[in-house]
Amino acid sequence: MTQLALVIDLNVCVGCHACVTSCKQWNTSGAAGPLFDDRPYGENPTGTFFNRVQTYEIGQFPNTETLHFPKSCLHCEDPPCVPVCPTGASYKRAEDGIVLVDYDKCIGCKYCSWACPYGAREFDEQQKVMKKCTLCVDRIYDETLPEAERKPACVLACPTSARLFGDVHDSESEVSVAIRENGGYPLMPEWGTKPSNHYLPRRKTRHKIHKDELLRVDNPLKKEDIRHEIRDNVSLDDWLM
Amino acid sequence: MHEAAKALAEGRTEVKNTTCYMCACRCGIRVHLRNGEVRYIQGNPEHPLNKGVICAKGSSGIMKQYSPARLTRPLRRKEGSERGEAQYEAISWDEAFNILEERLGRIRATDPKRFALFTGRDQMQALTGLFAKNFGTPNYAAHGGFCSVNMAAGMIYTIGGSFWEFGGPDLERSRLFVMIGTAEDHHSNPMKIELSKFKRNGGRFISINPVRTGYSAIADEWIPIKPGTDGALLLALIHEIIKTGLYDRDFLTQYSNSAELVNMDPNSSEFGMFVRTEVPEEEGCFDPQNKLWWDRNGNKPVICRAKGADPRLLGEFALSDGTPVKPAFQLLLERVEDYTPEWAADITGIPAVTIRRLAHEMGIVARDERIELPIAWTDVWDQEHQSVTGNPVSFHAMRGLAAHSNGFQTIRALSILMSILGTIDRPGGFRHKAPFPRPIPPCTKTGTGPQDVQPNTPLNGMPLGWPADPDDLFVDDDGNPIRIDKGFSWEYPLSVHGLMHNAITNAWRQDPYAIDTLFIFMANMAWNSSMNTDEVRKMLNDKDESGEYKIPFLVVADAFQSEMTAFADLILPDTTYLERHDVMSMLDRPISEFDGPVDSVRIPVVPPKGECKPFQEVLIELGSRLKLPPFVNADGTRKYQNYPDFITNFETAPGSGIGFLAGWRGKSGEKSMKGEPNPNQWKMYEKNNCVYHYHLPRSYQYMRNWNQGYLQWAQEHSLTRYDEPINIHIYSEVLQKFRLAAQGKSDGKQPPAHLRKRVETHFDPLPFYSEPLEAQLTDKQRYPLNAITQRPMAMYHSWDSQNAWLRQIHTYNFLYVHPTTARAAGIEDGAWMWVESMHGKVRCLCRYTEALEPGTVWTWNAVGKAAGAWNLDGSANESKQGFLLNHLISEELPASAAGAHLSNSDPVTGQAGWYDVMVRIYPAAPGEVRETFPQYPTMPPLPGTPKRRRWQSYFAGRFGKNS
Repeated sequence: MTQLALVIDLNVCVGCHACVTSCKQWNTSGAAGPLFDDRPYGENPTGTFFNRVQTYEIGQFPNTETLHFPKSCLHCEDPPCVPVCPTGASYKRAEDGIVLVDYDKCIGCKYCSWACPYGAREFDEQQKVMKKCTLCVDRIYDETLPEAERKPACVLACPTSARLFGDVHDSESEVSVAIRENGGYPLMPEWGTKPSNHYLPRRKTRHKIHKDELLRVDNPLKKEDIRHEIRDNVSLDDWLM
Repeated sequence: MHEAAKALAEGRTEVKNTTCYMCACRCGIRVHLRNGEVRYIQGNPEHPLNKGVICAKGSSGIMKQYSPARLTRPLRRKEGSERGEAQYEAISWDEAFNILEERLGRIRATDPKRFALFTGRDQMQALTGLFAKNFGTPNYAAHGGFCSVNMAAGMIYTIGGSFWEFGGPDLERSRLFVMIGTAEDHHSNPMKIELSKFKRNGGRFISINPVRTGYSAIADEWIPIKPGTDGALLLALIHEIIKTGLYDRDFLTQYSNSAELVNMDPNSSEFGMFVRTEVPEEEGCFDPQNKLWWDRNGNKPVICRAKGADPRLLGEFALSDGTPVKPAFQLLLERVEDYTPEWAADITGIPAVTIRRLAHEMGIVARDERIELPIAWTDVWDQEHQSVTGNPVSFHAMRGLAAHSNGFQTIRALSILMSILGTIDRPGGFRHKAPFPRPIPPCTKTGTGPQDVQPNTPLNGMPLGWPADPDDLFVDDDGNPIRIDKGFSWEYPLSVHGLMHNAITNAWRQDPYAIDTLFIFMANMAWNSSMNTDEVRKMLNDKDESGEYKIPFLVVADAFQSEMTAFADLILPDTTYLERHDVMSMLDRPISEFDGPVDSVRIPVVPPKGECKPFQEVLIELGSRLKLPPFVNADGTRKYQNYPDFITNFETAPGSGIGFLAGWRGKSGEKSMKGEPNPNQWKMYEKNNCVYHYHLPRSYQYMRNWNQGYLQWAQEHSLTRYDEPINIHIYSEVLQKFRLAAQGKSDGKQPPAHLRKRVETHFDPLPFYSEPLEAQLTDKQRYPLNAITQRPMAMYHSWDSQNAWLRQIHTYNFLYVHPTTARAAGIEDGAWMWVESMHGKVRCLCRYTEALEPGTVWTWNAVGKAAGAWNLDGSANESKQGFLLNHLISEELPASAAGAHLSNSDPVTGQAGWYDVMVRIYPAAPGEVRETFPQYPTMPPLPGTPKRRRWQSYFAGRFGKNS
């Protein structure tokens, strides 16, 4: 069984928000759109975004880490948002595991967003329906697109290619290999939701300097030793008997 | 989803290629249109710069296109209204052109320098510069003086190239990458692409920055540093690398002036100059190979690079006539003698042990992880090499180093560090991009005196150039400036990008003279692009006793309503990047790659909104009406139908074969770089992703300062005049010439008495550390903290608060303060506070952060706005909680022995010292109003600006029921 998902590499994410607005622009004019913006030029603007980046500081100066954390629907294998939906609008697709909302069935009761422990759902105050990441379901199967572009808009946009997309149930897929080899992890596994999206942790490259590497025989300073004029100097030759 | 899917299916879709302009990066984009409206902007996967990726700004281009801040009609300030009140009436383009033709024609016929043209981040300096030169005014510059001119000048005067457009770190092969200071807004997508690959390939990334944000977040090691002290760190690194012998001796002897002998006779007029054997046969802007080495084999002087000679880098010698001499490297060693890691630790806040480890790491990686590529090449001395080698240590820095008044010498130090590690134009190190490397300094020169500015005559010389000598300065017989910004004068001799940040103040004070018309294109000089914003706004509105404005006529061309447009007498509506033709030209700042020259274009994907007219068309129309030589035929009739026609047919000289675009030249597009105009050139760019990429042979891709094949190729294709070697200036004779003049030891132009000391001090032929000028003149007991800005990756300067999507990411800004520092001042997290410098104060919101050197406070640049600006609602957060640090920063230094009105800038280059300001912080009183200070009256919308939507549900050009 296929389970499509995103794997996000926190080791290279610089928090540029490319995924946030590339998602917005694709989806607002796509099958899941439009995505509402309230007070776009006024006080406290707000709007529907399927994907957001949060930034955290970890540790105390000078040992501080700054972590950028992109978050969207995790397309859980056991999504708590689905059983709570009274109309069946919230559903998980059998064929690829994508969790979607059928706007025609949604009554805007928000049960699903209360049930989601990740805060990944976005209510459209204009249309009064719940919206969320679709993994760009209107791109990934579109055969009019070149094959390389049948990916979510955020994955195509990401300048650091921190976002990988594929089938986490296929053990040989790029995403499964990345999770396996880099210690990929799901968010809050204790909730039992089995999120399909995974995150790859920070990895540090360090350089160990060995003392004997510092001064080598070919040190260029040796070429600069000045030979002083010694002819007139008094030496031990004049003293030792 | 059904309704949306149906609407999509009904739409007529098409995809057009052009180039992004949401920042200065110039990524290739594919704009998807549905029924002619923008539906999706995708990174072009076939573009060499961004390879398909796109950033947050690029992805939000739609919201710029449909911004309510769009100017759509030419506007004239209403009779009787004051500047700044933003009261306008719409006029026709013909009326606007008539006003300009009459006024500018009169100025040109009398005193062309009374017309000043200053432009922002425009990417068309080749055209705007051509216009200014042919108008005959010296008063032209773009934004470089307040951006990163120190980075350009410091590196180009040392290695003949610089970062970003000119060159960059070869992260593909580098093993250690060190980024110093904020650099997020330059070359951003390519840098992100490469940084990620670099990390995944196991490279080690060290970030040196007072703040850990942006790219520093993913650094393997973050080294916090106090602002403005980078020079001290770099000099200590050089000290340690030399002391431990971790420098690349072979590289330095052959490819730099390290081994060349300097005259040390203090009584000689040649003191501090290289000793020369003979007079060169030909003079030009290149270094003749007539200097001396001290050969260790024969223990005597020989001509430099003599076959079989092995020069001393260290020591002290005497020539046969008794002249004492030292190799330049010996002088460098002496210079850094006292710059120990312990010395630097006190200044930078970085422990000495860390500085030492950093130096060792750089040196060992450079030495022991050497790359050897099987590429045969020949150097300019006819020496054949079987391989290209490189030392895989690379660096990147931009404004963080540049925007300090000690930045030029800091960047000289960085260039020297990169050079002693042997990393210049070699794999894994720094690599050039065409048309760089260029001679040190490049050949272009300005006028040199008042005689070069004449009525109805093009300027003699270029408006901006690269002085090599005091005699190249643009000053009168008394040493006074010719330019309104005092560029190329003794105050800022190497101000190679001008000083736009002083243009308004000087024009207002009528010092050095009064001007008539100030023409500003695409620069927000009434807000975030000016220092001392509040006072500059008053100057723009100030009148003399007769009731005449001190700057009599102010023209602003821009696509958007902003704080600046409110002050204009005449507003000219520009198009957006999706509506116009543009060229990223080899004559300007192209998007070249390491492997060869690349230029690119924009081609309109949607029609102009309202009466918007591309600024280029405005210049060509004005140039034709004013009969400026490049724009008219011999009989005075208009030469070019429009901008695309100009780009196709303009040549730098009749028959030169060099024009704005390098690709598909020749009658049928068969030539490149050089060739006759091709009537179908635009079409060919359009068919080829709007980009032309010339791939150099592999043997021409490295060591280009000394690569015979490359230099001859560059000469043949007119990228450069000479195919002489471009040796690295470890020791700068150019700087020494200015110092000798300041000491009264040379015959040519001399500085005025009050500037002698300043020039003598700062024109040091070797880098040195001095505290930034502002800090030297600040009471640091009272103002103990440094205040700086960083660049948010999701916004470009002030451009994006009008953008409905991007402003939801950065709606307003906090002042970030370390908790210890904030608590000591009694300020709580999230509370209102004051930040105050000796120039002004701002009320803002505090946010605690641990990712910050505790002696520094910082905020995002240019998120704060004046009320109503960019057609935001008067209650928008940008003007109520957002703030601008510029109010704390002066454009001029406090009076000192060197003068009363010196720019707050680097004394060598005139680079604005944005990051030099010192501040103190204290809590806002309990009863104070909960909004930022200062506040300004709300700007009204202008005639023709679109209505502000109260809400929107954007769908491919439609905005929901309310539009």
